Amino acid sequence: MNPLSSPAEATPRQDQMREQLLSDVTACLGDALVESHINVGNDLCVRIATDAWATSAAALKASLGFDYFCFLSAIDWMPSPFGKGEEDPTAEREERSTEIKQGLAGGETRMQVFARLVNHRTHVGITMKTDVPDAAPEVPSWVSVFAGANWHERETHEMFGISFSGHPDLRNMYLPTDFEGHPLRKDFPLLSRMVKPWPGIVDVEPLPGGGDEDEAEGSAP
Amino acid sequence: MTMISDRQQLAYIASQAADARVNVELETEGMTLNIGPQHPATHGTLRIIARLDGEQVLWAEPSCGYMHRGYEKLTEVRTFPQVTALVNRIDWLGSFANEVPFILAAEQLMEIEAPPRAQHIRTILFELSRIANVSLFLGDLGVQLGAITPVFFAFRDREYVLNLIEGATGGRFHPNFDRIGGLKDDLPAGWIDETRAVMKKMRKFCDEIENLLFGNEIFESRTRGIGVIPRDVALQYGMSGANLRASGVDWDLRRDQSLPMAWDKVDWKVWTHNDGDSYARCWVRLQETRESTYIVERLLDTLPSGPVMTKVPRIIKVPEGEAWISTENPLGEMGYYVVSKGDLGPFRVKIRSASFNNISIVPWLLKGVYVPDIITILASLYFILGDIDR
Repeated sequence: MNPLSSPAEATPRQDQMREQLLSDVTACLGDALVESHINVGNDLCVRIATDAWATSAAALKASLGFDYFCFLSAIDWMPSPFGKGEEDPTAEREERSTEIKQGLAGGETRMQVFARLVNHRTHVGITMKTDVPDAAPEVPSWVSVFAGANWHERETHEMFGISFSGHPDLRNMYLPTDFEGHPLRKDFPLLSRMVKPWPGIVDVEPLPGGGDEDEAEGSAP
Repeated sequence: MTMISDRQQLAYIASQAADARVNVELETEGMTLNIGPQHPATHGTLRIIARLDGEQVLWAEPSCGYMHRGYEKLTEVRTFPQVTALVNRIDWLGSFANEVPFILAAEQLMEIEAPPRAQHIRTILFELSRIANVSLFLGDLGVQLGAITPVFFAFRDREYVLNLIEGATGGRFHPNFDRIGGLKDDLPAGWIDETRAVMKKMRKFCDEIENLLFGNEIFESRTRGIGVIPRDVALQYGMSGANLRASGVDWDLRRDQSLPMAWDKVDWKVWTHNDGDSYARCWVRLQETRESTYIVERLLDTLPSGPVMTKVPRIIKVPEGEAWISTENPLGEMGYYVVSKGDLGPFRVKIRSASFNNISIVPWLLKGVYVPDIITILASLYFILGDIDR
């Protein structure tokens, strides 16, 4: 910890505020709230039951004033079978861990949809997550609650292959219509790394005799 | 080549006129107008497909993806310090501002904080990015309405600010200057005096734009009451920044959240407007640019001494965890949801860029407007293509 920083003063107040918020959210959502986590001084993270994903958003908007839609996306928790593409592609591939370990507020499935809402009066935000069933990756759509979720769900659909029931129009936004695969899934390889290892990796190897770290970081072209 | 006689031509015109009369009675079929991807009034490669009935838009939809570079995927194969070189290029006109939230998120996960002097300089450079970015918007505004002069003023005066950014960081557009734990370097000698002089020039530039455009009759008639966004619609589409404040929401992330930055060290004002139309959005941006020059001056007055880099390990490994940091960038709320698994690089980075949300309102907003207003509405929403597609 840096001696110059003093987060100790601000932390308890923030924490209390989020504890209070969590109890309000629990009262509002009831059984739909599966798990929660307070990231002290930063964020409140809640996990919602998949079936109640849209109704919970509507409830939070109506009763707790979370009326600002920030973003919606997904996380694929599977470790990438390709690593960071740092090693020689012709060499024997090393064993990698395939254990799926979810982040804050837990989870049971490989993929999770997560989104963020903010109360524009109190300026306090909440991160919401929900499990995406592995067999049929589909969650309820938020479009009827927040019109702005439309594009975010389209993007999530093409990048992760998660569909949103009740979404009016899940066309691709970025990829060609006949594109195969879902680029942000971890098992989708980054082709440029498959043909040639990333040269930038030498930058973070410890240099003999130290050296200036800024020089080693490389510069923008 | 066959010559068409006058008689034939008249007959043709008459038949066309008759068709037109019939179409009016039967409701016209409409026409699909494709604007872009390479159109002088679209700030890059945004393509808009509009279905028209006469001069009126029935529906319009932006078609994105001409600038998609897959940064969210690329961050997963980079180390934390390397990511700043990527995120620089999201909103390329205010690139230093893109680095800050990512670095803050990484610092939060590592539980370190930059020294006070670094926080101050970060905030100064952040505001300079805003001035450079929005001054181009203010000049560009005239071009969209057929007034060519303001853009020359904007390019001339923006250069002073870019020179300052280059002087401090070494890069005009892609500084890549922010580091986990502080900054790459301290400010060069003479930079502070130079900055004070440039801030005076930029205030003069704001006055010039205000005199040229904001009192102008044509400008007012083309923007007042056009493209009105009510506040509840703005909120549910996730509009942010000046677009949201122009709809009467008094919310600025610089003031309304506690970050290890220096905005809370000086006095400044958040500008809002209640109309929610194109004029309000432009007006709020103009006032914010002027306010930013004051913020920079006041921060220079209170600049603390000391180091600009805290102690960080030679090889940066970010502990396991998740952090969300967003800041008030020139275009609006720019945030990063960073998931780390304790490696050299992030496990997943969700980049929440302002323009993506700001543009997602376009299909709603353009419904029923007239064709010439498409351009002014898009200009007033102010987006950067790289910030939509990422």
